[in-house]
Amino acid sequence: MGTNFEEQFQQKIDQETKIEPKDWMPQKYRHTLIRQISQHAHSEIVGMLPEGNWITRAPSLKRKSILLAKIQDEAGHGLYLYAAAETLGISRDEMYEQLHEGKAKYSSIFNYPTLTWADIGAIGWLVDGAAIMNQVPLCRSSFGPYARAMVRVCKEESFHQRQGFESLLVLSKGTEEQKRMCQDAINRWWWPCLMMFGPPDDESPNTLQSMQWKIKRFSNDELRQKFVNMIAEQVKVLHMTLPDPDLKWNEEKNQYDFGKINWEEFKQVLQGNGPCNKERMDARRKAWEDGAWVREAANAYAAKKSIAS
Amino acid sequence: MQTLFRKFFYGDYGEEKNLAAENNQPKQTISEWPLWEVFIRSKQGLDHKHAGSLHAVDAAMAMENARDVYTRRSEGVSIWVVESKYIHASNPDDADALFDPANDKIYRHPSFYELPDEVKHM
Repeated sequence: MGTNFEEQFQQKIDQETKIEPKDWMPQKYRHTLIRQISQHAHSEIVGMLPEGNWITRAPSLKRKSILLAKIQDEAGHGLYLYAAAETLGISRDEMYEQLHEGKAKYSSIFNYPTLTWADIGAIGWLVDGAAIMNQVPLCRSSFGPYARAMVRVCKEESFHQRQGFESLLVLSKGTEEQKRMCQDAINRWWWPCLMMFGPPDDESPNTLQSMQWKIKRFSNDELRQKFVNMIAEQVKVLHMTLPDPDLKWNEEKNQYDFGKINWEEFKQVLQGNGPCNKERMDARRKAWEDGAWVREAANAYAAKKSIAS
Repeated sequence: MQTLFRKFFYGDYGEEKNLAAENNQPKQTISEWPLWEVFIRSKQGLDHKHAGSLHAVDAAMAMENARDVYTRRSEGVSIWVVESKYIHASNPDDADALFDPANDKIYRHPSFYELPDEVKHM
């Protein structure tokens, strides 16, 4: 009986029929998705923090408006994704709790600091660029609500990457100091961005099953390679360089070769020892706790109104 | 061992119970705001279409949140919000019984009828 359900399920997936919340699904499919979608949502929410650091210091009103709009989008993306995860039977509060207690992970990239204004451009171009690489295939994820949320996210994400690149383009044509700042930001964000795609394929235990269930469509290494190929070309437009002496076009493979990633650093950041892990979690918890009176007041107001009517 | 989930999950299409809350003792706090479904008419003349869900204490807040979450780039000219618990959805397990009777009535489709070429467009 059990196998029968599972076979039918896999058949649906193989035929590209989307799975909807009320359909039967293996428990592990449900749990994998809850983990992936909620961690994706957490990443969007925590991702607002490094950028928020520069709202009050943006160099012009135009850049400030753009940055505000971008950060508001990230909040929206988090909300689309939380809602998608909730269709699988986990509550919003439970997900928040997992994040605040450090049980749930978010993307390691947001544990790096934003030291200069150029970092905001680099985040848009590189971090959001890497995110798009990951997210576009997720629009075809086998789970309907996740796929639909990703379609919305991807539509909005393209503005994020373009504004980042354009902002670096301005710096790259500016004074010597601005050029240095631009190069410095690229140098600092490049390697962490490559880590965003996750561990290499031979060390990524979830990839195989996730591919079979079409939760994932490409492996970590495939996406990483695509990203390198794209950025290695775009960086030329900025007349900047990527901090990798081994980066070289490989005619035979028709792709860029690149240097070794420092996976030890990745592990350290994942384990909570990145430059800003503590700061990010403290900020999240504080926001949640400071907002408690608002949540309570809204509840009290709604209760009072429903009695009155 | 296979565990079958035969609950009505809330979210996308209505809800009965929150599975996680029911399986383990309720982790969901009573303070969590109710869930709402958002429907958006993208332009005059088109239907409202399901856009997603959100949490809000009442209809007014649901409306404001829907505007901020789902129409930041003028995706809509009209919004409907309805508390998710009021949506009744068909059960996928009943899909065969519900929708099968339509399959053998091919005479309901215009392509069932073969007409001479002279009739041209009909």
